[in-house]
Amino acid sequence: MNNQRSFFFNVDWLTVLLYLMLCVIGWFNIHAAVFDETHPSIVDTATNYGKQFIYINVSIVVAIVILLLESRFLTALAPAFYGVTVLLLIIVLVVGRNVGGNQAWINMGGGFRLQPSEFAKFSTCLLLARYLSSVNIKVTELKSFFIAAAIIGFPMLLIMLQPDTGSTLVFCSLIFVLYREGLSPYFLIIAGLLISLFVLTLLFNPLYIILIMAVLTGLIIYMFKRNRQFVLTMLIGLGICIAFIFCVKFIYTSVLKPHQTERINILLGITTDLRGKGYNVNQSKIAIGSGKLWGKGYLHGTQTKYAFVPEQSTDFIFCTIGEEWGFAGSVVVLSLYLFLILRVIYLAERQRSPFSRIYGYGVASVLFFHVVINVGMTIGLVPVIGIPLPFISYGGSSLLSFTILLFLLIKLDSNRMGIV
Amino acid sequence: MNKFFERRYVVTGIFIAIMGTLLARLYYIQIVDDRYLLYANSNVIRKQILYPARGPILDRNGKILVQNEPIYDIIVNPKEVKPFDTLAFCKMIGIDKPGFDKRFEKARKYSPNHESIFEKQLPVQLYASFQERLSEFQGFYVQPRTIRTYPDSVAAQFLGFIGEAQDRDIKRSGGYYRLGDYIGVTGVEKAYENVLRGQRGVRNLMVDSRGVPKGSYANGIYDTVARSGERLTSSLDINLQKLGEQLMHNKLGSIVAIEPSSGEILAYVSSPTYDPNLMVGRERGNNAAKMYNDPYKPFFIRPIQAQYPPGSSFKPLSALIALQEGIIDPNETFYCTGNYRAGNRIVHCNHGEAHGTVNMARAVAESCNGYFSMVFQRIVDRYGVKRTEANFTAWRNNVMKFGLGARLDLDMPAEGRGNVPTPLHYDNVYHKGGWRSSTIVPLAIGQGELLATPLQMANLECTIANHGFFYKPHLIKAIGTENVIKKEYTEKNYVGIDPGYFEPVINGMQAVVETGTARRSKIPDIIMCGKTGTAQNPRGEDNSVFVAFAPRDNPKIAIAVVVENSGEGAHWAAPIASFIVEKYLKGKITPRESGITVDYFANANRLPDLSLYERDLKKERMRDSIRSARADSIRKLKADSIKKAGQIKSVKNNKPNILDGLLAGRRAGK
Repeated sequence: MNNQRSFFFNVDWLTVLLYLMLCVIGWFNIHAAVFDETHPSIVDTATNYGKQFIYINVSIVVAIVILLLESRFLTALAPAFYGVTVLLLIIVLVVGRNVGGNQAWINMGGGFRLQPSEFAKFSTCLLLARYLSSVNIKVTELKSFFIAAAIIGFPMLLIMLQPDTGSTLVFCSLIFVLYREGLSPYFLIIAGLLISLFVLTLLFNPLYIILIMAVLTGLIIYMFKRNRQFVLTMLIGLGICIAFIFCVKFIYTSVLKPHQTERINILLGITTDLRGKGYNVNQSKIAIGSGKLWGKGYLHGTQTKYAFVPEQSTDFIFCTIGEEWGFAGSVVVLSLYLFLILRVIYLAERQRSPFSRIYGYGVASVLFFHVVINVGMTIGLVPVIGIPLPFISYGGSSLLSFTILLFLLIKLDSNRMGIV
Repeated sequence: MNKFFERRYVVTGIFIAIMGTLLARLYYIQIVDDRYLLYANSNVIRKQILYPARGPILDRNGKILVQNEPIYDIIVNPKEVKPFDTLAFCKMIGIDKPGFDKRFEKARKYSPNHESIFEKQLPVQLYASFQERLSEFQGFYVQPRTIRTYPDSVAAQFLGFIGEAQDRDIKRSGGYYRLGDYIGVTGVEKAYENVLRGQRGVRNLMVDSRGVPKGSYANGIYDTVARSGERLTSSLDINLQKLGEQLMHNKLGSIVAIEPSSGEILAYVSSPTYDPNLMVGRERGNNAAKMYNDPYKPFFIRPIQAQYPPGSSFKPLSALIALQEGIIDPNETFYCTGNYRAGNRIVHCNHGEAHGTVNMARAVAESCNGYFSMVFQRIVDRYGVKRTEANFTAWRNNVMKFGLGARLDLDMPAEGRGNVPTPLHYDNVYHKGGWRSSTIVPLAIGQGELLATPLQMANLECTIANHGFFYKPHLIKAIGTENVIKKEYTEKNYVGIDPGYFEPVINGMQAVVETGTARRSKIPDIIMCGKTGTAQNPRGEDNSVFVAFAPRDNPKIAIAVVVENSGEGAHWAAPIASFIVEKYLKGKITPRESGITVDYFANANRLPDLSLYERDLKKERMRDSIRSARADSIRKLKADSIKKAGQIKSVKNNKPNILDGLLAGRRAGK
């Protein structure tokens, strides 16, 4: 009895509350996005908002089950989860259903479909946490780093084969986990540098950029006259950067697929095609921008109601929020996310066990990546990458996987006083 | 706690910074940038223009001259069409099967989802039977429209017609008109366009991304209803107008009748005329082309655009000016030998007849050219030959007070000026000081350079009937229910002749009809005062002119009739005028002593031989072809320059400059 009581109090209800709020916000906005006059009720299961209601209920049941599990069970079964997920990812490549060019779904019968890539997120986090928390494993060591990278990279590879670029990129966010656990900050800096270089090369004449880089390097070497090794490092870095700049053209034309190139072009304003390729983002921006401060009101968004934005209940759900609830609504939703992510980091940091902490950072990183990419693409800050907005976008697999992802952490946290 | 504990702040910092970027961007597009709201509205709002009914036009007694008739366009939405009895459908709207297929294919090509016009302008009879079975033909709708219709087919040149707005109309209206809108092109339709067209309404519809209407925007609070155009009451008398058109059938010329006490125009006949219904409906284009090419020019509005020498009908005016100037006493006599010698020019009286001793009244009645030439010379020479120019200018000013030589500001477009020659004109023709009263003596009898429109001639009669003033003639009495017309139409225009001087002239004019040249046109029980005129015409026979007013006391009607190429005024113009006057004053036409009948005049064909006009027509065609060639070459030059500019631009664009392309893309995108 005593045990039960402490369990109840140990659950971080604040996170649960944030979770529920986001779910409900999602449910109402799906109602607005695909509102059907012949089925006005929000719980009518003939419609997507009715289905989302079912998914929310299922997710809550799953959450409760997770909370009732034994924590040790999770640690022990992490490799098993990972194994099953990888198996599913292989199966989906063989028998999966092809929807919209991605072979990402396994038909479960009864109209429900399973998307294994969604579940790969938490199982990868679990195994990564399990590996990094093992005794004598340090990311700073090259061997451990490669094993950690392999744990992350294997599901990425399988998902890339589907091919689902969005879900693949999600795994990149785990670099924050590695960083927290000791990965050199240069990785972050270099990653940022390469992304900036990529964008700049596309926007401006590469020769100017090389020139500016060379001048900057020269300045830095001149100002911090250190030893010869420093100069050498800087020069090698410069060489790599210049090499990368010349690679960009190649990556752009040969590695990326035409529709991806097109999306980046549209984002950077290199091409405009408001009726064709750029239609989606343009209409999405119009929807959000026309919301002004207070929005047009629930079920009154004209862009939403009259279907100007495609995919509006899934990837572009944020348009509904921006249009019908305005800047105020956008701020509330983004604040809830930020609050949730910071709370997750707080939870992670208060864990005694490295396993829980590492897993917590994994949760925070994945959530953060999803929110930034999803919202960013609807307002034209990042290229269109089809990944859902956690807890809000329509879709059973995504809601369920995010629920599991989050509630595993809540479960671990409720047990933080125990010995894992 | 491990040694990388501080890194939590780095991670947190990065997360907060990136989230902050998102919020900043949201703030920019949602609060700062106002364009997206405009874009959203233009996405979803379709403005539908509601066209008001054009105002009807009535005659002075409330009879309809032009009104609107409903017609029906059949609209089809190919997507909604279900199989149906095509044969019955075709039969019902009067087309055949291939015709049906052609139309349907066209509609589907236009858009498979959107409505387009299937068949235009279904008359009301067909519509009634079609409407009953409309429910069987899914996807077909009926859209009502209105067209102009003229129940009596009269007064075409007065009413004018409407047509689709041209580019220059659209430009001039500042965007009020749009392509496909109708606008008054001529006549009253043009002059009163702003009143007749009414006020358009707007309905704001919401459409979805495929353009399907989804109801009204904001519950219609921004919608406006269409307000129909105002009703115009014209001053025309439809019965008089009809009689006039009947009498002028197969003749060139015009009739203008004015009510002297108000300046209201009672009849406004231009001949040849046409059925205004021809300028409406499906055959409009063909009909219009046919009439444009008609050598007798039915679109020429003769009452205000044709300019004739007034001939002898000018004489009363000459007499009045002489009296006012004190040049002559009405009882002073003049001996007419049939030939009046002015300088080395001889003015003959008609057919060389000698009038003997004439005073003013007789001179008017018998149209003595010699008498009026004498009077004219006296006026122009009165302060000596050296002052010819000043004297002539004074005379000219007096003439112009009667409304000659300038527009009368009729409420119709395209009014002609007529002509009263200036001293400058004679200076140019001869040399300064090189002309004398004898040089310009033809002016005395309404010939020479003197030109007047039939409207000006009728207005002259109004002035005589009113003993010295006229109201500016006008065709519209009332707009809507208010009798508001321009203020200038209610003001008396004095011509500077004392009322007392009119009696002898009017006596003479009465005698013209009683015993003079126009005695055949005497109307039983009505005293009409008139003056015949036979004006020289450069082409063929003289123009037959007659001006008159009646009755003598308290005149009710003043009239001017011109029948081109028909010889003496007494033979054609005077009888026609007498019938109009009688019809107006009595309401019917009684048998005449002289035995003239309406039927005779209505059936007579006085159309001139076309060969007379051939030279003019040729000239005109030449001019037109030169004009169109010039227009063509200008158009070509313009097109070339546009093309050239395009090439220059595209050459610029072809330069492989990433920065330029990027900037252009930016500009287009933002």
